[in-house]
Amino acid sequence: MSEWLENHLPKVVLAPSFIAVLIFVYGFIGWTAWVSLTRSKLLPKYEIKGFVQYERLFDSPRWDTAINNLYIFGALFIVIAMVLGLALAILLDQKIRVEGFIRTIYLYPMALSMIVTGTAWKWILNPGLGIESTVRGWGFENFTFDWLVNPDFAIYTIVMAAVWQSSGFVMALFLAGLRSVDGEIIKAAQVDGIPTWRIYTAIIIPSMAPIFLSAFIVLAHLAIKSFDLVIALTGGGPGYATDLPATYMYAMAFSRGDIGQAAASAMIMMLVVFAIVVPYLYSELRAKND
Amino acid sequence: MKRFALATASSLAVLASTSVMAEPQAEVLHWWTSGGEAKSVAVLQEEFAANGGTWTDMPVAGGGGDAAMTALRARVLSGNAPTAVQLKGPAIQEWYEEGVLADISNVAEAEGWDKVLPASIAAHMKCEGTWCAAPVNVHRVDWIWANADVLAANGIEMPTTWDEFNAAAEKLQAAGVIPLAHGGQAWQDATVFETVVLGLGGPEFYKKALVELDPEALTSDTMVKVFDQMRTLRGFVDENFSGRDWNLATAMVMNGEAAFQIMGDWAKGEFLAAGKEPGKDFLCASTPGDGYLYNVDSFAMFDVEGDDKRAGQELLAKLIVAPKFQEVFNLNKGSIPARTDVALDKFDMCAKISAEDMATSSENGSLLPSYAHGMALRGAQAGAITDVVTAHFNSDMSSQEAVQQLADAVANSY
Repeated sequence: MSEWLENHLPKVVLAPSFIAVLIFVYGFIGWTAWVSLTRSKLLPKYEIKGFVQYERLFDSPRWDTAINNLYIFGALFIVIAMVLGLALAILLDQKIRVEGFIRTIYLYPMALSMIVTGTAWKWILNPGLGIESTVRGWGFENFTFDWLVNPDFAIYTIVMAAVWQSSGFVMALFLAGLRSVDGEIIKAAQVDGIPTWRIYTAIIIPSMAPIFLSAFIVLAHLAIKSFDLVIALTGGGPGYATDLPATYMYAMAFSRGDIGQAAASAMIMMLVVFAIVVPYLYSELRAKND
Repeated sequence: MKRFALATASSLAVLASTSVMAEPQAEVLHWWTSGGEAKSVAVLQEEFAANGGTWTDMPVAGGGGDAAMTALRARVLSGNAPTAVQLKGPAIQEWYEEGVLADISNVAEAEGWDKVLPASIAAHMKCEGTWCAAPVNVHRVDWIWANADVLAANGIEMPTTWDEFNAAAEKLQAAGVIPLAHGGQAWQDATVFETVVLGLGGPEFYKKALVELDPEALTSDTMVKVFDQMRTLRGFVDENFSGRDWNLATAMVMNGEAAFQIMGDWAKGEFLAAGKEPGKDFLCASTPGDGYLYNVDSFAMFDVEGDDKRAGQELLAKLIVAPKFQEVFNLNKGSIPARTDVALDKFDMCAKISAEDMATSSENGSLLPSYAHGMALRGAQAGAITDVVTAHFNSDMSSQEAVQQLADAVANSY
């Protein structure tokens, strides 16, 4: 008995959470996939009608906007947050005074909820209250900064707020990475008289590849499921210019009683996540098998 | 003591009339949780208790009813629907098609609802001929509110056509006043849009385009003109309008920063709460053109098990449409009674105009459901139209393009 327990204890302990994940994650992914093939409106129906919901989805100009916004927002957010985070980390790594204090300042936005960030930036960017009116108040009457209310630029205000929120966190990740690089190698390079920028580009940054990957994965999933920031900052507006797939799905499922359409958009969102995560998992698993 | 006696007497009367011995029970799902609205529901609650019923309150705030609808979905799917739910317009029919609504025709017939409710409003309360919901109030949507001092200072009368409105707005703009206070949220864009459709196209066109979704009407020249007028109106709002809440826009009219606002009569509540007087400080008139767009709140009755619950449902339905509740509730909420035989002595002048117009428009067939407030169309279709309206209003899309997108969006929404 005790031997059986010893052999099977890990499985017994893991079984409940395994079953829960199986039902509540994969089970409901399956359920959503099923519903996305039906004509469900107010309540879910289970009669399969083919791919109508997907056809409707790809015919909808609002979904086009949402997906394009996801590309713009995702790409800019990830790249800018990583570049800024890395720059901040390298600057902080110069053995400066009060580093702990400065680090806390940069990390602090991460402690705020996206709703707070969104609301604060809404006021900062509002042409009648924030930057524009302040600068005009200084006497620059022609100064305009109306991105928040300009449908062509509103999506970039979301990038700004999101970068502000997350780049400190990326900085912390990179800082840990910088510190984990073997000091002996750096000293050896310095002895050889190699300039500092070369030490960074040729030795330190390449050795941080795994950190880049984890930062990318964290930021990418933040971008894809972004919802609260959009709701707080622009409410999806002006018009639906800053809709993201998550806000589209919410509108369809909860405001319009169009559950089939919401399920179809959720499936597409999941495929986008898969497109990013699957290559990552594949490379991880292959590395272990080698 | 007198109140107690009255309560006992009336509860006896109810018991006698419905001949159901079980104590009436009702669980009511609603999202009237803000100040004036909560007060209005409390009136119903008290009256229900005074008639011997037990009221279980189920307020679900948030998202303009979205959160309540999510709660309702969960309750219905688990086979435990509330007794009565705040629902309106085609949503009632949608739930009826799911097979979950009750039949309250016996109450409606005993109380003679058919005689006291305007025909087009009564039609919303019926599911394939049987009564399944009780109307609470009528909000008029096609109102235009104005700051009396600003209009007087610029020598402007309340406009009766859209051309007059445009001329007045240009004059105001030249004088440095924001002509139209507006909040750039999709539903507010849609509210303005439907009043323009009604004003430029007339009641017949409105019905064809926004109730029957006739593709010809949607792509007609009139609709192009409607979008042209929307583009003109876009020029009359301040540059800072994006995302503004409607009550902030009302405040702009109140303090003279802006001259006009197009909004339903819930805006009146804001004026009154600030101590402004209708006719003196602010003016109310229907938006240019004929017709009347209504937004009727109602309670749909769900199929419930048990005599006590069914008795509660019937009592609730009876009380909701009874003149006493209709008067007290609507005085609190700023709307007008759905039944036409309630004395309006205590109501303000805007409410009286609204009631008068409702009666005349009901007779000549121009009493129409508001699309922007979920009375005319189902969620998916109304949402599809709103998407196009708000995209056009907030970009430089041409009217022709908007009309084409409108027809496509509607066709794609089924």
